[in-house]
Amino acid sequence: MQVPAQVEYEKAASVEHALALLARYGPEARVLAGGHSLIPMMKLRLAQPETLVDINGLTELSYLRVADGELRIGALTRHAELLGSAQAGEHFAILHDAEKVIADPVVRNWGTIGGSLCQADPSEDLSAAFAALKAAMVIRGPDGTRTVPAREFHTAPYETVVAPGELLTEIGIPIRPGGGSAYEKVGRRVGDWPVGAAGAALWLAGDTITDAGIGLAAVGARNFAAAEAEDFLRGAAASEENFARAGQIAAEHCRPVSDQRGPAAYKRHLAAELTVRALRRAADRVRHEGA
Amino acid sequence: MQITVTVNEAAYTREVEPRLLLIHFLRDDLGLTGSHWGCDTSNCGACVVWLDETPVKSCTVLAAMADGHRVRTVEGMGMPGRLDPVQEGFSRCHGLQCGFCTPGMMLTARWLLDHNPDPTPGEIREALSGQVCRCTGYENIVRSVQWAAQYEAAGRDGGPSGGGPGETGHGPTATGVTG
Amino acid sequence: MTGRPYRSAYGPAQRKEDARFIRGRGTFVDDVQLPGMLHGAILRSPLAHARILSVDPAAAEAHPKVKAVITGETLAARNLAWMPTLSQDVQAVLATDKVRFQGQEVAFVVAEDRYSARDALELINVEYEPLPPVIDAERALDPGAAVIRDDIAGKADNHLFDWAAGDQAATDAAFAGADVVVTQDMLYPRVHPAPLETCGAIADLDEISGKLTMWSTSQAPHAHRTLYSLFLGLPEHKIRVISPDIGGGFGNKAPVYPGYICAIVGSMVTGRPVKWMEDRSENLMSTAFARDYHMHGEIAATRDGTILALRVKALADHGAFNGAAQPTKFPAGFFGMFSGSYDLRAAHCQVTGVYTNKAPGGVAYSCSFRITEAVYLVERMVDLLAGELDMDPAQLRLKNLLRPEQFPHTTPTGWEYDSGDYARTLRVALDAVGYPALRKEQAERRGRGELMGIGISFFTEAVGAGPRKHMDILGLGMADGADLRVHPTGKAVLAVSCQTQGQGHETTFAQIVAEELGLSVDDVEVVHGDTDRTPFGLGTYGSRSTPVSGAAAAVVARKVRERARLVAAAMLEASADDLEWTGGRWQVRGDPAQGKTLAEIAMAAHSSLDLPEGVIGHLDADTVYNPPNLTYPYGAYICVVDVDPGTGVVQVRRFMAVDDCGVRINPMIVEGQIHGGLADGLGMALMQAITFDSDGNCLGGSFMDYLLPTSVECPSWELAETVTPCPHHPIGAKGVGESATVGSPAAVVNAVMDALRPYGVRHADMPLTPANVWSAIQGTPVRTDLAFNGWDGRAGTNECT
Repeated sequence: MQVPAQVEYEKAASVEHALALLARYGPEARVLAGGHSLIPMMKLRLAQPETLVDINGLTELSYLRVADGELRIGALTRHAELLGSAQAGEHFAILHDAEKVIADPVVRNWGTIGGSLCQADPSEDLSAAFAALKAAMVIRGPDGTRTVPAREFHTAPYETVVAPGELLTEIGIPIRPGGGSAYEKVGRRVGDWPVGAAGAALWLAGDTITDAGIGLAAVGARNFAAAEAEDFLRGAAASEENFARAGQIAAEHCRPVSDQRGPAAYKRHLAAELTVRALRRAADRVRHEGA
Repeated sequence: MQITVTVNEAAYTREVEPRLLLIHFLRDDLGLTGSHWGCDTSNCGACVVWLDETPVKSCTVLAAMADGHRVRTVEGMGMPGRLDPVQEGFSRCHGLQCGFCTPGMMLTARWLLDHNPDPTPGEIREALSGQVCRCTGYENIVRSVQWAAQYEAAGRDGGPSGGGPGETGHGPTATGVTG
Repeated sequence: MTGRPYRSAYGPAQRKEDARFIRGRGTFVDDVQLPGMLHGAILRSPLAHARILSVDPAAAEAHPKVKAVITGETLAARNLAWMPTLSQDVQAVLATDKVRFQGQEVAFVVAEDRYSARDALELINVEYEPLPPVIDAERALDPGAAVIRDDIAGKADNHLFDWAAGDQAATDAAFAGADVVVTQDMLYPRVHPAPLETCGAIADLDEISGKLTMWSTSQAPHAHRTLYSLFLGLPEHKIRVISPDIGGGFGNKAPVYPGYICAIVGSMVTGRPVKWMEDRSENLMSTAFARDYHMHGEIAATRDGTILALRVKALADHGAFNGAAQPTKFPAGFFGMFSGSYDLRAAHCQVTGVYTNKAPGGVAYSCSFRITEAVYLVERMVDLLAGELDMDPAQLRLKNLLRPEQFPHTTPTGWEYDSGDYARTLRVALDAVGYPALRKEQAERRGRGELMGIGISFFTEAVGAGPRKHMDILGLGMADGADLRVHPTGKAVLAVSCQTQGQGHETTFAQIVAEELGLSVDDVEVVHGDTDRTPFGLGTYGSRSTPVSGAAAAVVARKVRERARLVAAAMLEASADDLEWTGGRWQVRGDPAQGKTLAEIAMAAHSSLDLPEGVIGHLDADTVYNPPNLTYPYGAYICVVDVDPGTGVVQVRRFMAVDDCGVRINPMIVEGQIHGGLADGLGMALMQAITFDSDGNCLGGSFMDYLLPTSVECPSWELAETVTPCPHHPIGAKGVGESATVGSPAAVVNAVMDALRPYGVRHADMPLTPANVWSAIQGTPVRTDLAFNGWDGRAGTNECT
């Protein structure tokens, strides 16, 4: 088995302490949460931080609660905890759909939501799910707290707006009535990164779509979102025909790359197909309230 | 750096490099070679142990992260002279062939039964989906877990358990001509 | 002595080896720690094809924890830079002139611990001059292709061998006279056995005694010992190879790898034990791969569905060195078995081997020496013929399967099948799976636009290599030995030359001896895997343990039993001819009161009893078993799949496997072997492939991309059996270890192709990933051996975005 290069290690006792450590050790320090994105990269020596700041003791960052009309997820929440949270599943079925197909049950025990988001892999399922939900990321730094919309969180593959001295602390999702959501993914095998994936969130008034959110992973969608398809759906009827058109628009605006998972044409097809399926299921869930 | 990890209820204090992986700490520093490793990318699950109360892939955890925590390995399954029903089930139902994936499979199965005492075959397969076996094709692993579940259910119901786990410490014996 | 109830020792006995494994007390190579042990790591080439300009180990040697750095130059000075392969080629131990595949071994570091060894690799400076890589096997023989093996004097191309079998004239005639000819290209992609434990070794050369002890993941410890002796010039009686517990072999652990040699040299140079354990990427990128056969198949038949002949041309991609492990006279292994289970008039095949800039290997992964390729070919062709004739594939097979009265049957390519009742086995499978109901369901679902497929595979295997006259590996005949000792208290110790990697030999071989000698299985200890303690043999692969070593065990036990007869006669004061073996003991015919158990006889043999002629004071015996023929297990497999037309995702709903491996010693273990092989087949059919991009980068170097099936993809395997004993094997057993891996891929692929019939899809290559299935549905199937990116015009679309 491959092993990491030499690294220094500090254990943070509080969020303030973590920020102080990050300030002290500078840009070559990395935050260590579950480690299930970072440690594999370190073993392959694709990442060689000088210092690790272990935040696993910061239990104050591990929570799932509803407050002020939002579902708030602490960044240190483990994937398994999100999957196991009835509250999260009730409000946003898309999160459970996505968690079920992220990695495997044992990895989900230790990997964290914050860690996955900050790893910023272009195939990260949660990035697409949070984009569909138009979540907001709360970032703490030495100068205070700022909030960044999910769709502005990623700047490039493996890069986010979280600066070296900052810590992602929370993801907040506004809860609005009349909504339903779903996630659809195709992988080559259970636990695989997506070949293509789509998440949809719909709010209906009667049969009219009052708002739509579509998130896409692994197909080169800008900011993990299908904004043009959403614009098309807003105000339209929640019909098969409109879903199909939305899927086409989503596919037109993404930029998939051919690789060993599949040719670009197939991924583009999946962008459309899975968007349609996610929209269909999201609409069903609105109509049947959580079916 | 110095770490203290409680493994199978015994505390061990050792000097380690921060980069030392938990699997290597267990195997090489503590001599607990029952947990194995089989890949570089956290896929195969041969390294699964419990960290506090949760199965984790110990190849993807630093020993430093286990400082002050509890670890359970296959060597900590069952009691002296008495196998855990999961261990017994794996032998009775031929849930192992080469034995390399077995410790990890059994630890995850143990956790599953602790939280879901009557799992369906689908739930068993889902729980083990992050761990690879190259020998068994998984069928007998599922049966092994079901055997353990039934054995424990019978025990809970107070009914006869019919052939309990080996109590001699020598393990299950082969049938055949008996003298 | 009172009679006691006699039970056969054959049956589903719980395994003796489980006791240590369920407690985590196995001893795998990496578990072994020796005093003073050092750790080795290999520096590997990042390029697929390049000249080596310089190798500078100075910075690595200066690392405080490094004890030695060994380069190709170091080895060349000892004449060890090149080693013989199992196919009479040579392979670089550490590269000297060129590197010829990505991942090839370039230098070896020995350090105090594995982390330092890994760090030190980065301190070795190698300068390369890149050369054009030859990756596409179908282009390897193009004029002007870069020559890979310029280390071979006079080599001017990448051609490796040509081999043919069968009667070309008769085959051509059959084709010429046929009503129907179906042709299809098909690829069996490069795959890798990927046992869960990677390969490794600890070399411990004792400077004083000169004894080398090699702990290693070896499926053939004795063969390795002989090879080390011949190659390194060490006296063979001073080499001990120990294969302790092995975490899966599947043919991956048959060859001698450069890392083993480096570990030995490391021990020579440092005077301390040196452990080398490869990581997973090394395992996938540099050790024995499997398959990579590009086949062009043709099948000829009459209009009413009588199959006349088969013709195959195959291109075999052997990688940069010919490291395929198979009997010497068979450069394409047993591919000649491609005529399959059918009564053909004629058959002919021609195989051309080529070199490419990839890792060496070819024969591995439960292939029974290329029978996986052969069975895949014939079973796909038969299904394609069924499609062409619009005939049910089960009916087509029943019409053409060899009939029991035709056995022993010599095939058009010269193989003598021992026994079989093929149609019966297929019918058992069809009944058990409920075939007519499935076809009805398929029709209904097709009406609704749903894709459901049913695929059949009927295979005949040839295992248990093999008769010494015909089969040797590197000149070592493929016979196996067995030694049986019976202690005075009647406990027995069987030492066999085969060696287990999970097949349960400690139990099944004990069952064989227990059955022959009326002992309890607990009273028989099986010793294996240590060349100091076991007789010579060629090892465990090709499903040969039961057919060869198992036969040896039965034969030696019978020898012991015959000696016991003589002693019993002396004890009972009867004539040996008046004794019969019944109820697990020797007794006077018709007089149960006058009998002796083996334990009683053993004690007597060691006592002062006046021993008869032919017994020297104990019952011990040994034997070497030279099999008269291979054995021919067979089976009928039926797979049911559902395919999502919108995404191409395939789900295997059911898999029915009916195997006939002759007599089954331990049905539980036999079934376990089958379950494992079925998972292999599903994996290869749907997700496993080692692919390369046009620069020669290996894209299957980790389990993130070389995907293995999990408990979720595998259905609950349904098994049944027929038993047609092997006429020439002492117990009538045939062996089964590879049957399921051989037979299952075609069943899955046939099922998926059946599901896709409404789209007019005839064939698509493995692995049938969602992208590949979808591409096939669009009418643009892809070449699955090549990556999707950067490949000009070959693969599916390469959209620029």
